Amino acid sequence: MASNYDDILQKLNEHLKQFCPPEIEITPDTDLINQLAIDSVKLLNLVMEIEDEFDISVPLNALADVQTVHELANLIHQIKSAQ
Amino acid sequence: MSLLDKLDAIAAARKALLPEGVEVFGTPIEEVYSSTAAKIGDRRVLFLGTNNYLGLTFAPQCLEAAHKAIDSEGTGTTGSRMANGSYSGHRALEREFAEFYRCHSCIVFTTGYQANLATISGLAGTGDVILIDGDSHASIYDGCRLSGAEIIRFRHNDAQDLEKRLRRLGDRSRSALIIVEGIYSMLGDRTPLAEIVRIKTTYHSTLLLDEAHSLGVLGQTGQGLVEETGLLDQVDFITGTFSKSLGNIGGYCVSNHPQLDQLRYVSRPYIFTASPTPATIASTRAALKLLREGVELRRQLWSNARTLYARLKELGYQLGPEPSPIIATILDTPQEAIALWRGLLEHGIYVNLMLPPAAPEGKSLVRCSVSAAHSSEQIDFIGETFAVLRKTIFQH
Repeated sequence: MASNYDDILQKLNEHLKQFCPPEIEITPDTDLINQLAIDSVKLLNLVMEIEDEFDISVPLNALADVQTVHELANLIHQIKSAQ
Repeated sequence: MSLLDKLDAIAAARKALLPEGVEVFGTPIEEVYSSTAAKIGDRRVLFLGTNNYLGLTFAPQCLEAAHKAIDSEGTGTTGSRMANGSYSGHRALEREFAEFYRCHSCIVFTTGYQANLATISGLAGTGDVILIDGDSHASIYDGCRLSGAEIIRFRHNDAQDLEKRLRRLGDRSRSALIIVEGIYSMLGDRTPLAEIVRIKTTYHSTLLLDEAHSLGVLGQTGQGLVEETGLLDQVDFITGTFSKSLGNIGGYCVSNHPQLDQLRYVSRPYIFTASPTPATIASTRAALKLLREGVELRRQLWSNARTLYARLKELGYQLGPEPSPIIATILDTPQEAIALWRGLLEHGIYVNLMLPPAAPEGKSLVRCSVSAAHSSEQIDFIGETFAVLRKTIFQH
């Protein structure tokens, strides 16, 4: 089970591939909304996938501060660390 | 980016999607003739998108009660329930709802939207957790946001998914609020209430059921899904609206928890708004009486709903998972949905249109709301019109 930040980032990237246009390489700085075109509905569905992958619950409130891949990975890491 | 740029972006998106001159949202209705007939543009149309499930908007008893209330109490209360806006009628309606549900308490709100906003934000707060179905109405999402509680979604109508998320909460599940709806407004499907109740009992959580679309529609006396399933005593809080089966505007929350009454002192959407007008309260009281006695209305409603659902299914339309007074035809693209919506209007039928992101799973919906007031001839006409449009729009 992924627990450190790098493992989380790697697994998160697997989930993000479905949104990634061929010309974009996903990096920690990739913008979820502007570069991967993940709108609010897609983000909510993505969160459910992430919750199952990492066996966590991500409060919707926490997503307000998430803009980049790094910020999402960091949020997951924080929730996992608090368990 | 300036303050108003985001509104320009919305205007551009609207222009790209909707043909010029087609007012699919906020369609101007020029005259209303009855609970099922109106004038749009220069055309007489049949209402098939009004949530007027029992057809009570022109019931003589409701009209008479509203007229009397206006004459005796005036046009409005001009004040909050917490100040000068609690008339004898408001309190009587609360007693009648509490008695209807055999509950300790009821609070009446100015709109159904505010009923959810006020109840949810009054019950939960910072540090609490609310678990909501992914297809919840916007009033539920907004109530959760206003509460400041943590919000966790579970997959639509998936009780196992809810249980998984409760399990992850550990001891916090004991202070969690679960929110589901009797009938969901998009696809017309029901929550699996027995399973949800089993889970909430196992995890010692609190359950709120929104009966907005099921009040008057389900159960012998029209209480909703709680009555149909016999689970009234297992649900902690029930919210609902006057703006569907009761043919009016307003909302309510009933509960056997005596703490419900304390919401009057902490719930901002209850405190900081004017109370329902005397006419609204009086006609809702008359409508509630008709709803409770409306066994024949419900029989007619379900006969109409099942007939139309079967007809549209037979024609090959993709529909919601079960027959219901909400019959949603599911289209792959907004363009298909707009074409069907326009075609129906040109044939004299008004329905609701739902486009992404309002509709689930990126689909578009043409949503029919069947009424007990529709005649069997009107249901046949609706079916035949869908048949014609199936050929002209989808089979070129």
